[in-house]
Amino acid sequence: MTLLPAYDITLAGYAGLAAIVAIGLTLLTGVSGQTSFGQASFVGIAAYAAALLPDGPSGLLAGLALTGAAAWLLGLITARLSGHFLALCSVAWGISFYALFGTLPLLHGFNGIGGIPPLRLGPLSLAAPAANVALIWLVVGLALLASRNLLTSRTGRAMRTLAGARAMAESMGIDTVRLARAVFVLAALLAAVSGFLFAHFQRFISPTPFSLTASIEYLFMVILGGAAHLGGAVLGAVLVTVLREELTDWVPRLTGATGNYEAMAFSLAVILFLQRAPRGLWPRLARRAARPKPRRAAPAQPARECPIADGVALEIEGLRKHFGGLAANQDVSFSIRTGEIVALIGPNGAGKSTLFDIVSGQLAPTAGTVRLFGRAVVRLPARRIAALGLARTFQHVKLLADESVRDNIALGAHLAGRAGMLRALLRLDRAEEARLLAAAEAAAARVGLDDMLDMKAGALPLGRQRIVEIARALCLAPRLLLLDEPAAGLRLQEKQQLAALLRQLRGEGMAVLLVEHDMGFVMDLADRVVVMDFGQKIAEGAPAVVQADPAVLEAYLGGVA
Amino acid sequence: MTPFVFLALLQDGLTSGAIYLLLAMGLLIVFSVTRVIFVPQGDLLALATLTVAQLQAGGVPGTLWLLDALALAALLGEIAGGRTTRRTLAAWLIYPAALTAACWFGPRTDPWFAMLLGIAIVTPFGPLAWRFVFRPAADASLLALLILAMALHFVLAGVGMVLFGPDGASVAPLTSATLMAGPLAISGQSLAVVAICAALVGGLRWFFGATLTGKALRATASDRLGARLVGIDAAESGARAFALAAFVAALSGVLIGAVTPIAYDTGFEIGLKGFVAAIIGGLASYPAAAAGAVLVGVLESLGSFWASAWRDVIVFALLIPVLAWLSLRQRAAGEP
Repeated sequence: MTLLPAYDITLAGYAGLAAIVAIGLTLLTGVSGQTSFGQASFVGIAAYAAALLPDGPSGLLAGLALTGAAAWLLGLITARLSGHFLALCSVAWGISFYALFGTLPLLHGFNGIGGIPPLRLGPLSLAAPAANVALIWLVVGLALLASRNLLTSRTGRAMRTLAGARAMAESMGIDTVRLARAVFVLAALLAAVSGFLFAHFQRFISPTPFSLTASIEYLFMVILGGAAHLGGAVLGAVLVTVLREELTDWVPRLTGATGNYEAMAFSLAVILFLQRAPRGLWPRLARRAARPKPRRAAPAQPARECPIADGVALEIEGLRKHFGGLAANQDVSFSIRTGEIVALIGPNGAGKSTLFDIVSGQLAPTAGTVRLFGRAVVRLPARRIAALGLARTFQHVKLLADESVRDNIALGAHLAGRAGMLRALLRLDRAEEARLLAAAEAAAARVGLDDMLDMKAGALPLGRQRIVEIARALCLAPRLLLLDEPAAGLRLQEKQQLAALLRQLRGEGMAVLLVEHDMGFVMDLADRVVVMDFGQKIAEGAPAVVQADPAVLEAYLGGVA
Repeated sequence: MTPFVFLALLQDGLTSGAIYLLLAMGLLIVFSVTRVIFVPQGDLLALATLTVAQLQAGGVPGTLWLLDALALAALLGEIAGGRTTRRTLAAWLIYPAALTAACWFGPRTDPWFAMLLGIAIVTPFGPLAWRFVFRPAADASLLALLILAMALHFVLAGVGMVLFGPDGASVAPLTSATLMAGPLAISGQSLAVVAICAALVGGLRWFFGATLTGKALRATASDRLGARLVGIDAAESGARAFALAAFVAALSGVLIGAVTPIAYDTGFEIGLKGFVAAIIGGLASYPAAAAGAVLVGVLESLGSFWASAWRDVIVFALLIPVLAWLSLRQRAAGEP
């Protein structure tokens, strides 16, 4: 360290401080898709706490507690918000907190608070900048390590669904609102750690470094580095800090004036860079080699071994759903027994997918009851219904295209694990994680995907993607399986394999309800067929009976000549 | 607070609300056609005020030279790309040349001439922003586009600072007449602002409902790929959307610049409030955005009466419960 001039050491300190915030923001924005223009506020809260309680530990604890509380309260609101609502909300608190820092008498306004002592670690004083910077980068390293642990865990997989696949996540049993709030608080706490270190490093604070502009700069770092990559956060933080310093240094020399030139030059650089690499720098630098996944000796599949009792799996009575004047479902009633495959067929727009969404908890019906294994489930959230033993696939495939097939399938095993964010951060979840991945691999093997586990889900053809969805559903160890057009896009041989698998599941006592347009597939496989048209059930019975039903022929062929 | 004070504040609130609505409409148009949240719209507003103020003071604004330079760059780009058409020549050669001539030889200290000229100078910065900043990254993620918009804000604020200095400037009002309604003085400028905004909102509705260009924009907004398949040029639609947004920003700058002085960095905050209104409209519904704009304007005006230091805190902090309510309502409509 002594080889570096003091200026460079200070710069390294600021880069490290920014990197800590950027790592949190990567988890929040890059991975979980929640854009925050307010991280500098959290840095500020903790920095002021450190300035007012300058002895070190109590300042850190107070800063973390205050920031955590503020983030938790904001999180009550923001965790439900998505997209632009959240971005704007964060602008709102970013401006509000900044104004608060500037107006609260306790914080001395824009005069700031000086004379903050350097940190002490036991007998060791960190008054020397080099020692302080070493501590900062140690914290960066720890934050990186913990965040990497988090991203390769059950919670990390669930976090990736927050950016646009929340409905799917809920039907895998994931409480997305709670998770989003937890990620939000975690990112705020990382910002708080940075704020604490900042106060003791700079030893003077004023509101300026906690403005909306600073928050925007943190976002610049994350985006420039590569939004979804932890390494990118550090890279972006270093790059932005150094670039800004260099520009502040050089631009006035070139133009002979100070003012907004460096901010302009910096922003122009951001624009030019993003146009060339909209996904950031990290993906360009990092070798796109598949993450080395140690092959674990797969323990026996840990499915919830409750033998499926004989009886009624699903009972639908008088189900009605109106969208304004449109009756998508009109007094539909039928039931499914365990160990039975029921096909739901009908022309497009008959209300089949609406019915699926109601049964799985994505939609609330206008009237009627749905009973799952004897329990009324209407108005239960999808994740609770999933926990009762229902798993589903989607007509429009809902996979995380950039994640591996293995991780996509393992999402279905979410309910089989318990480890939360804290255990994941500390890497105390490895035994359970191995068990979940083994379950995912077992499910993949069952549907014949075991040689594609490391491929990106988005790279598979559509038919295979549907199979991934089925494997993911099987991972929930369901007692009732809802399949929405599982055979669409499959080749003949693949259809036969799928039919064999479904028969096998039926043999194990699983109830299966499927929507399908391939009549050959349906009539071969189903024990019973329910036919819908214009929201109403028009026929029900064994395949042969239904096929001869005049009402069904009318619906499909527009009348029998 | 007496009823008169309240009514006066309400009048202020409605005036700024009308401006926020204009900005919100610009944001909605750009967002729905290009997915860009055009944060720097407020900076264009400030550039318009500063440009007109300088013209009215007899100067030649730097924005004119900047426009000439950027238009030339755009023209050279089109020529290099072999895409020169009569339209690109008109947009990037004849139009800036005509403006330069009008500025040089025209009666630029005439308030009305200066206003029209100022709006004409600032409006092309919209399509230029599209051409140089957003079009090259049109397929990037929403977040990347948002960051580009933020970066452009810093660039434009810097441009404003460099070209016009740090001081605020005002433009001549459209009218200095005052209408007395009992003891309450209604300023002619406020009435003019509200009337112009109402007319423009009506005009935009007509434009989107009845003209082919407007329908093409709507088609691009609802389905980019589908619009492309029926032969609508997405890049052209983007340029038009940005032109509209820049035009309403420039007009807003001229209108608001007569009520309150505008400096290079005031525009951003005004633009943010337009953004607030647009968000209340869910980035999709114009009537809701109108309600939001008036709400923001009135809140701000009442807030500045009670606690002027806290004005923006009040506007933005009150936004948080509004957003929470909106998001809850949205969930209630779609999910159990």
